[in-house]
Amino acid sequence: MIRLFGIAAGVGFVIILLYSFTFGAINFIKEPPVKAVEYQFHKHPEKPGFAHEGVLGKFDRGQLQRGLKVYQEVCAACHSMELVAFRNFEDLGFTEGQVKTIAKNWATETPSINPDTGEASSRPSLASDQIPSPYLNDVQARAANNNALPPDLSLITKARHDGTNYVYSLLTGYTDPPSDLPEENRPGTGLYYNAYFANLNIAMAPPLNSEGQVTYDDGTKATVDQMAKDVSAFLTWTAEPKLEVRKSTGLGVIGFLIVFTILAYLSYQNIWADLKAQKRKD
Amino acid sequence: MSFPWAKQYTPENEFMKWMDSRLPLPRLIYNAVGAGYPVPRNLNYFWNFGVLAGVALVIQILTGVILAMHYAANVGVAFDSVEHIMRNVNSGWLLRYAHMNGASFFFIVVYIHIFRGLFYSSYKAPREMVWLLGLVIFLLMMATAFMGYVLPWGQMSFWGAKVITGLFSAIPLVGPALQEWLLGGFSPDNATLNRFFSLHFVLPFVIAGVIILHIWALHIPGSSNPTGIEIKGKQDTIPFHPYYTAKDGFGLGVFLIFFCILTFFMPNFLGHPDNYIPANELSTPAHIVPEWYFWPFYAILRAFTFDFFFIEAKLLGVIAMFGSILLLFFLPWLDKSPVRSGHYRPVFRKFFWFGLIPCILLLGYLGGAPAEEPYVMLSQLASAYYFAHFLIILPIISMTEKPKPLPNSITESVTGKPLDATA
Amino acid sequence: MAEPETTETNEGGEVRRRDFINIAAVSFAGVGAGVVALPLVSQMAPSADVLALASVEVDVSSIEVGQAIKTTWRKQPVFIRNLTPAEIAESKAVNIGELRDPATFEDRTLPGKENWLVMLGVCTHLGCIPLGAAQGEIKGEYDGYFCPCHGSHYDAAGRIRKGPAPTNLEVPEFSFVSDTVMKIG
Repeated sequence: MIRLFGIAAGVGFVIILLYSFTFGAINFIKEPPVKAVEYQFHKHPEKPGFAHEGVLGKFDRGQLQRGLKVYQEVCAACHSMELVAFRNFEDLGFTEGQVKTIAKNWATETPSINPDTGEASSRPSLASDQIPSPYLNDVQARAANNNALPPDLSLITKARHDGTNYVYSLLTGYTDPPSDLPEENRPGTGLYYNAYFANLNIAMAPPLNSEGQVTYDDGTKATVDQMAKDVSAFLTWTAEPKLEVRKSTGLGVIGFLIVFTILAYLSYQNIWADLKAQKRKD
Repeated sequence: MSFPWAKQYTPENEFMKWMDSRLPLPRLIYNAVGAGYPVPRNLNYFWNFGVLAGVALVIQILTGVILAMHYAANVGVAFDSVEHIMRNVNSGWLLRYAHMNGASFFFIVVYIHIFRGLFYSSYKAPREMVWLLGLVIFLLMMATAFMGYVLPWGQMSFWGAKVITGLFSAIPLVGPALQEWLLGGFSPDNATLNRFFSLHFVLPFVIAGVIILHIWALHIPGSSNPTGIEIKGKQDTIPFHPYYTAKDGFGLGVFLIFFCILTFFMPNFLGHPDNYIPANELSTPAHIVPEWYFWPFYAILRAFTFDFFFIEAKLLGVIAMFGSILLLFFLPWLDKSPVRSGHYRPVFRKFFWFGLIPCILLLGYLGGAPAEEPYVMLSQLASAYYFAHFLIILPIISMTEKPKPLPNSITESVTGKPLDATA
Repeated sequence: MAEPETTETNEGGEVRRRDFINIAAVSFAGVGAGVVALPLVSQMAPSADVLALASVEVDVSSIEVGQAIKTTWRKQPVFIRNLTPAEIAESKAVNIGELRDPATFEDRTLPGKENWLVMLGVCTHLGCIPLGAAQGEIKGEYDGYFCPCHGSHYDAAGRIRKGPAPTNLEVPEFSFVSDTVMKIG
């Protein structure tokens, strides 16, 4: 009885699905779907290679410090980084004193209240403060940026596919639109063509546009490519500050587990040995 | 249990004797997973996955209870509290990545466990109740995993909650009211997040309870085996401990190696980047996809694109998605073949390996693909095969198929010698 | 591997080798479980953001002689008092031998800055906040601080004089970063 019901229900589902399939297939043949323009022109991120990649990869501290400088002097004017605190910069190889100086001299101050009047005010940041946002809120951020919201950068390399390479490629990927790009996909006012951006037209003006835009303390030549690489590495650290301890812990754990598994296998073989011996004797 | 030759528990010392006459917990363990449980001697590695599923649940409960100490279920701070765990809490990143990937590994293990049950027909009499309780665990797991994915309150959390609760709105008459009731509002919000957190916390303990029933029901007939034939006597079984505990220890090591490779070296591989963007009710991600373990069912849901007479496509999709799981509850009565193991069922085996498995893998791939052609057409074909396999093909072959000759006993299948020679 | 040995016999030395492998595997698992317990336990310890607030800097330039402010350090109240010369003299004059928790005035202040008394506003009995820091609050029998919960009296230097509290009000580690800015912790 159950089988009869089952077969009936099964035939029902199959008929409906094949019916839908037939209509879909007819449509598919009559009007084959056109690949969206975004697919044709969109590019996958370049892979410039970073020190933190791979099983043993570690951050290049000098690069992270340079990346911080690029973020501080270029990106931070529009992009917040709310999940990172100044104290975290000690991980980049800065001393406690240097971190305090960076916090104190940050272009945006930390919001506070005037202790006498209670009015909204601001004060120089302390090492324990989170990095203050350049805007009071999203509305102000949109208003200042032609209605485009600059995303918070704390997690940006984890919030995009292949994030580190994506940020690098995006920063270096501004070009003139290709000549065969359809008119409706050309950048409108306030938009810029970038083949690495999902819909090809990004509201951010090319942020890194000239060599020496940032003066590096360690004397590295600040080419656009170098700055893009450095800030991408820095943003990888902001998104995944525990990357190094994660990998080193992982190596230890997996090494331990391999030894354990071998021991467990030998133990298993030993315990089963007399069963196998019995089998052989038979 | 039901085997007269099972070893009997004997308390070793005065304390254990005292304990045994008051709270015979050691006796219970001895009979359940100790030397007192006789198990067929021919189990292969597929029989490791039940224990591994239990381990995965323990990992999830341990890491989950700890994460709950630091997580805050409020839409204003949920996302930041997860990042607080990742950045500030001691070893918080480890616990959270272990929990994230632990969910995936729980599903991997359970899917292999179910696969084992399907191929070796572990659902057949006298183990129907084991199978039914297993499906209840599977449903509870899916509910728990779905609600857990909402908790970080990222973009995929929010839109996942919206889309999945939207399934209920397809139900005629009461649908929209039901969706509002589930969400506690018109869209996922604080009320939703709080109730999902509460349920996500408590359901794993319900799962643990059903697992106890699942194991209890298993111990009445005892474990099945790769030949699918009955245990004939003492020579067919070995005690669970030390034989299968040792084998499970080795299996556990292999499992943990794979789990740790993902957790430590590619922790976000199975996740979606959009969930690192805080929830935004004004912007939908380009491709909303659930977690990978829901993809086969998601593909079935999306395969229904045309209204059929008076039934809306949306409702059909929902019925089919739930139906694809619910039909498994009827499996013991749809498949009436007297032979259990797929090894001895030539026709069943062909449909299983060349029909069902590719079909499910294809559905899994399609569920993660964008809702475009040709993916939709392929999911229609694959879904049709899925239903046809269980509801039409399986009942028919179970009646018409001529099985291969079975070995006389488990021992004979292991030693290759007739039973009387070993006895 | 090694199967020929195991098939030969089940006696003597062979058993020891088998036991060794089993014991090694089980003890390895035990060590692993022990190591796993470490993060599960340490996660309850104060997190990095809490520890970052372990020291605070306070500008004390606006505290007049004879006045005190209440601030917080590690989510606990801190009293910072600018002592009057009279209070200093009185505190120094106390006979140390009579005290329940003997401490000189110099033990509780910084040399050269002895008018600054910094104390946790946490009664050492059971953790209530003693009165006496703000103007108009009851200062107790010894003209210092009084805890209303169970009646502990402290003197002007925060030393316990009467009542159930066992020790003096705790003086946290503090130093002067500049003439007017004090660092606590």
